[in-house]
Amino acid sequence: MRRVGDGPFPHEWLLAGGAESAAAACGHVWSVATRRNQPRPGFEDMMATSLSASDHGAGSPHGEGTSKRDFLKLVTGAAALVGTGAIVWPLIDSMNPSQDVLALGSIEVNLDPIQAGMGITVLWRGKPIFVRHRTEKEIKEAEDVSLSALSDPETDAARIKAGHAQWIVVVGICTHLGCVPLGNKPSDPRGEWGGWFCPCHGSQYDTSGRVRHGPAPANLPVPPYAFETDTKIKIG
Amino acid sequence: MVGLHKSEFKNPLVRWIDTRLPVFTMMQNEYGSFPTPRNFNYFWNFGALAMVAMMIMIITGIFLAMNYVPNTALAFDSVERIMRDVNYGWLIRYVHMNGASMFFVVVYIHIFRGLYYGSYKTPRELLWMLGVVILLLMMMTAFMGYVLPWGQMSYWGATVITNLFSAFPIVGKSIVTWLWGGFSVDNPTLNRFFSLHYLLPFVIVAVVFLHVAALHITGSNNPLGIEPKGPQDTLPFHPYYTVKDSVGICVFLIVYAALVFFAPNFLGNPDNYIPANPMVTPAEIVPEWYLLPYYAILRSVPNKLGGVLMMFGSILVLFVLPWLDTSPVRSARFRPIFRQLVLLLVIDVIVLGDVGAHRPEGWWVVVGRLATTYYFLFFLVLLPVVGKLERPLKLPDSISKPVLGGGGPLPGGAPAKPMEKA
Amino acid sequence: MRRIPLARLILGAALGGLLATTAARAADDAKLPKVEWSFSGPFGTYDLASAQRGFLIYQQVCSNCHSMNQLYYRNLEGIGLTEDQIKAIAASVQVPGGVDDNGQPIQRPGRPADHFRAPFANDQAARAANGGALPPDQSVLELAREGGADYLYALMVGYSDPPADMKMQPGMMYNKYFPGHQIAMPQPLQDGSVQYTDGTKPSLEQEAKDVVTFLAWAAEPEMVERKQMGVKIILFLLLLTGLTYAVKRKLWSDVH
Repeated sequence: MRRVGDGPFPHEWLLAGGAESAAAACGHVWSVATRRNQPRPGFEDMMATSLSASDHGAGSPHGEGTSKRDFLKLVTGAAALVGTGAIVWPLIDSMNPSQDVLALGSIEVNLDPIQAGMGITVLWRGKPIFVRHRTEKEIKEAEDVSLSALSDPETDAARIKAGHAQWIVVVGICTHLGCVPLGNKPSDPRGEWGGWFCPCHGSQYDTSGRVRHGPAPANLPVPPYAFETDTKIKIG
Repeated sequence: MVGLHKSEFKNPLVRWIDTRLPVFTMMQNEYGSFPTPRNFNYFWNFGALAMVAMMIMIITGIFLAMNYVPNTALAFDSVERIMRDVNYGWLIRYVHMNGASMFFVVVYIHIFRGLYYGSYKTPRELLWMLGVVILLLMMMTAFMGYVLPWGQMSYWGATVITNLFSAFPIVGKSIVTWLWGGFSVDNPTLNRFFSLHYLLPFVIVAVVFLHVAALHITGSNNPLGIEPKGPQDTLPFHPYYTVKDSVGICVFLIVYAALVFFAPNFLGNPDNYIPANPMVTPAEIVPEWYLLPYYAILRSVPNKLGGVLMMFGSILVLFVLPWLDTSPVRSARFRPIFRQLVLLLVIDVIVLGDVGAHRPEGWWVVVGRLATTYYFLFFLVLLPVVGKLERPLKLPDSISKPVLGGGGPLPGGAPAKPMEKA
Repeated sequence: MRRIPLARLILGAALGGLLATTAARAADDAKLPKVEWSFSGPFGTYDLASAQRGFLIYQQVCSNCHSMNQLYYRNLEGIGLTEDQIKAIAASVQVPGGVDDNGQPIQRPGRPADHFRAPFANDQAARAANGGALPPDQSVLELAREGGADYLYALMVGYSDPPADMKMQPGMMYNKYFPGHQIAMPQPLQDGSVQYTDGTKPSLEQEAKDVVTFLAWAAEPEMVERKQMGVKIILFLLLLTGLTYAVKRKLWSDVH
């Protein structure tokens, strides 16, 4: 009887699995591995009878007929595998951001009403964006920090737009575990460094949005934005 | 090792699992070595094809549900958003939409095969009845799914079909109001239809499981309709029928792909691209093609309640089919009169479908009534009577020895070793 | 031996039924003129120049009454417009821009991510401005009408004076191809309704063809990708079928 293990390849069942993955691709989900199994005793004789022909008909298991069949199985299995992969991709990709989500990339923010020392929070791509109007004192504090005092060293100049040092724009999501830090409203605690304070695990950010204390591993990220006029920015 | 399953698998991991949870042994027994009649023709592909269609429907449905919004104000737009903005959304939706048609094509052919080769006869009555349950569940699921895009045909189809229940005396009106969750098809209706449309496929999966379990108790029928008499009459399911089913699956996918990629809206109705409008009924309300025959039966009866009962009856009659057919012979190959009648039934159902697609006017009414009459005549009168009167042809001795129909003597002659014929 | 006539019988009946249905549908109305569409057939693609001219017609003619709510300006990339062109087109209209700081609704210039601006605020306003008739949304109009592109084209060119024996309702126009032949929409396109910038002669037929090409694209923007993918997938499946069948033949050669 022609059993899978008899083939020319020690792991022929893997290859023969190709023919099966054609089937698997199409919904049959039985295990490839089961092919190695001996039929249960009751069926042994039955299968021996019904399958003995292959060894008689196509010559020995190592004969030309068998290897031709194995090659066919291999190619068919590979093709079925490719097909299955091609089916899976559209399903996965459908869960990525859709075209309308990607297109809603930009918002405009009017800076006019924001007094020095105050900040506002706007929503961009579903995330809170802090826009803070810094006082002269706050700017100076942010600029005067030596980089060695920072766990995520970054100069203040790199986090603002040149000529607009009074405006700091950051994504208002703590880099630790995603809470929204306090500090944008005048009544909020701003932490020791006068920036933002995350109530979840006590991370503190300075007036440039850089992490100064607590478990947060990185500074608040600066979103892509540009000044359209002196009092208007476009985020995204 | 008391209580552990004695596994025959060599692979240590497989063996480890199998001794504790013998799923591998079960799969091996039921799909690997399962003795299957050796003489299946390609009609026997359609069970596996239905399984494939069901899986495709469930998988695409899950991904559609991630983007669909079951709200009357947003449903239509959310479907269009799937078509336009969701990555490959159009593909997933068209596969799902046409998948319903493909599923029904396959299941109808599967049912025809059962009818033609007498697969419903003892001992497979329960197997057949479970199949009818699956058909009913499929029809409910398909109907509710068709409502979801909230186009004109969705809305009016839902209105007309739910109104069928108003035909029942006394409680009819209350049932309809209950189905709607209001006083017309509206947001509550859409919400519950979505919920049930998501639920029922899994009920179908459960019944399919029972269907397959029952099949594996009785074993498969075959084109000759005689039971295998011994090992020489069967082949192990794997690899013989796995590979044969794979061929069928590939052909199925080609037809399916042709529909999805080149004529995705061919089977649909243009009116369903018009958002639902409770103030305007479309000129013609037609269900999807796979429900047309029942719709034709419904409309062929001039009485409202009568029509509804006949329509439900056309499915329910299938439940008692095993006892309506009085012939001991299964396969139509050996029943010359039954064979003509069952083929006529196929044509009859197709005619009913065509009638269902047309306004009930003029000769369509006549044709519809004649076809409805034959449908019930076939099951309720002809089957019992013909079974008694008909003289079946002589049955072959065994599957591997088809003495009739020009089989000729087998090389080697001895029925014990028929397989040595290369 | 017995299966062949059986199969033929069923196939024949099925095809017969289908053809009868199709024929019966088509016979209901005047026969639609046959147009050669760039997008028909398994290898069809949209004639982008035509679709762009069609968009011009939509902008200048259709959009005065018809919305296209499913479309965004950014979608126009699909008919070959550049990002700058799209920005300019979007910025040329005022769209609702949410509310200002006092909660009052404001208008702002459109952006590519905005939906096509609708001509009317709601259905009631649309009806009021159009003698009680609601101009349908054109986003999927091509799919929502029996006959699709052919029908829309026919509708554009199907206006004429009513036959002498036909009694027209007040305010209705005669159109040979409209179901019932009385349509509330006045003939939207005539020779020279628009000025094409690419030198194409704006005859009625040309305009109709262009605007329908645009509407077909709008209804099925995925069509070209779909068909191209389909060709590849079917070729692949044919190959896989051949291979699987060969494996099956080999395997079963032992049995037969």
